[in-house]
Amino acid sequence: MLVHLRRSLVMAVTCLVLFGFVYALAGTGVAQLLFSHQANGSLGPDGSALIGQSWTSRAFFHGRPDDAGPYAANPGSHVPGGDNPLVANGVAGGSGATNLGPRSKVLVADTRALVAYWHSMGVNPTPDLVATSASGYDPDITPQDALVQIPMVSRATGISPARLRRLVAREAHGPQLGFLGSSTVDVLQLNEALAALR
Amino acid sequence: MGFFWTIVTLLAALALTWRYLGSYMAAVFDGRVRWLRVLERPIYRALGTSPEQEQTWTRYATSLVVFSGVSIALTYLLLRIQGSLPLNPQRLAAVPPALSFNTSVSFVTNTNWQNYAGETTMSYFSQLAALMVQQFVSPAVGVAVALALVRGFARRGSATIGNFWVDITRCMLYVLLPIAFVAGVVFVGQGAVQTLAGPVSVHDALNGVTQTIARGPIGFMEAIKQLGTNGGGFLNANSATTFENPTPLTNWLSIYLVLAIPFALTYTFGKMVGSVRHGRALLAAMVLIFGVWVGFTSAAEHQGNPAVAAAGITHQPAGNMVGKEVRFGDTSSALFAVASTSTSTGSADASYDQFTPMGGFGLLTGMMLGEVTPGGVGSGLYTILVYAIIAVFIGGLMIGRTPEYLGKKIQAKEIKLAGLASLVMPLAVLVVTGIAVSVHAGRTGPLNSGPHGFTEILYALTSQGNNNGSAFGGLSGNSPFYNVIGAVDMLLGRFGIIVPVLALAGVLAAKDVVPESLGTFRTDNSMFVGLVIGVIVIIGGLTFFPAVALGPVVEQLSHGRFF
Repeated sequence: MLVHLRRSLVMAVTCLVLFGFVYALAGTGVAQLLFSHQANGSLGPDGSALIGQSWTSRAFFHGRPDDAGPYAANPGSHVPGGDNPLVANGVAGGSGATNLGPRSKVLVADTRALVAYWHSMGVNPTPDLVATSASGYDPDITPQDALVQIPMVSRATGISPARLRRLVAREAHGPQLGFLGSSTVDVLQLNEALAALR
Repeated sequence: MGFFWTIVTLLAALALTWRYLGSYMAAVFDGRVRWLRVLERPIYRALGTSPEQEQTWTRYATSLVVFSGVSIALTYLLLRIQGSLPLNPQRLAAVPPALSFNTSVSFVTNTNWQNYAGETTMSYFSQLAALMVQQFVSPAVGVAVALALVRGFARRGSATIGNFWVDITRCMLYVLLPIAFVAGVVFVGQGAVQTLAGPVSVHDALNGVTQTIARGPIGFMEAIKQLGTNGGGFLNANSATTFENPTPLTNWLSIYLVLAIPFALTYTFGKMVGSVRHGRALLAAMVLIFGVWVGFTSAAEHQGNPAVAAAGITHQPAGNMVGKEVRFGDTSSALFAVASTSTSTGSADASYDQFTPMGGFGLLTGMMLGEVTPGGVGSGLYTILVYAIIAVFIGGLMIGRTPEYLGKKIQAKEIKLAGLASLVMPLAVLVVTGIAVSVHAGRTGPLNSGPHGFTEILYALTSQGNNNGSAFGGLSGNSPFYNVIGAVDMLLGRFGIIVPVLALAGVLAAKDVVPESLGTFRTDNSMFVGLVIGVIVIIGGLTFFPAVALGPVVEQLSHGRFF
């Protein structure tokens, strides 16, 4: 029994050093050396292109809703900010979905509120725009989700719908390697390009 | 069309992996691979053991159980003293006792059930030294058990079944470490974060939003999280977050890594027992069930979300996008989910709680089949071998021949052990679910009402009993009740199967081989594949049908009703 215990302790410490430190630190070193932009969070001047933000102005394209945020459907969690990777505008949060099931009355009511929110903005929403994501801060929408927002953005900015359609087409990424995943538009990059247009 | 090519490329990659990783692993476990002997030898010296020192099944099992106990204690300790340890940029305090207990059991048993949100609970030190270490160790322990059982079939008249310490060392050094490292580089290259610096604050002048973004050494943990069928991510939303799983390519890679070793081990098995045909028969059973579950679940998720339809948006061409990420879409999220729940992984690139009732049914039943399609690293192989033994027994009864598998007579003792191993999991899951729905502390857990609330409880305890770790995230699991009952469920589901399997390995290794004759029941043809599939589906189906009927089936059938 003692020999099992001694071997267990030796093995546990060996693994801790080898995998907890050597593997992790070597990985961090290689990552920082080869891909320092990605390894530090793909940060740009306006935030991370990989982390969704809450957009409220009609002069910008909006991302998908969050359970918190200005278009929080659930009044109980109505807080400014939204899309909380840890803290957003002073409100603490974290990644996560709303977890409301497919036959939840609360989800029906929340979705109705989101549909009404979009109608008040002059947008006829696509399903993505009334569906909360899995991470809570999905940075992407589909090109179609951006196109339906063009009337709102065009009215607020005075930029012609045709120019906005070209902008969306330019910012859209097709499926990766031609077949993986969906066509997407990164909302932050799209809005940065939109701001540059003005 | 994109989904079609996703499947085709995965199949092609997995086919190559099956053949070449399978034979590489056979060489590793035979001791023929030595390129890391500068690390391997000192470990044996420090342990005071060597590959020549073989163990009987009782010593093998004692080593395994004591080592797991020590690992649980050490992990628990590290989580409890987290506040005094380095690499804690957010100055997070100690993890509470009940949560530390559940989490340490969870990571040591390869479950990776998480009753906490990583970014707000665990320091970088805890993530790496306490949790990620077990993501290397626990799959290696699973492989060791599988190897012991395979040797039981391969050897004749042998008192020993291998050396536990040597088996786990070789698995970690030669299989897990190099593959995880290469995959980690790909994850980071695609956008996964890998830094020891703390959270970063950013301000966007365009919309006036200031965000603090959680970061950490995520990318390389992601690689071993998937490869070791662990599933416990750095961040709360797991593989749905861009910092863990940034692109559709990393999503594809995640699915590949999850399935690579469990499928390839059937080749390793075939090679080690001297009949690749037998490995191919088990592979066929795994692949056929897996394929049906992928088809069923992705079809279910390609339907719209009933609640969104009730809110007036009836046209949902992209399927159920509630709780899914745009970059992955509906069918790829479903494929990921089935890969994760048919192995013992439990990672999530979508919110499983928000799958359609039949989509959730696919995930829940994938676990209930005992996780053999293809199952976890190591655990998938040893569990399907238990089912294969039951299948030859039933086949033998039907045609009146003495059941044999790989020349070993399957007699009363073997059947008792196989029966025990196959009954522990359903018993644990159903009893603890019964307790949870009978007491107040259990009933206050679910977020959703109606049948979906029951499914949340059933899913949580099925997931922990099968060492899967995926969740219907609405359940508030971080209560003393769920932390403790979940830990008991995980321990039973792990060691309640491992100990009988090791006993089985010992009994089989001691036996002589009966020469094949005309009367031998074939165990490498399509008839046998059908029999194994039948056993898996009938045992899983009959055991869990009543429970499943009360959850997702009722939910699916209650058209137009909301709860």
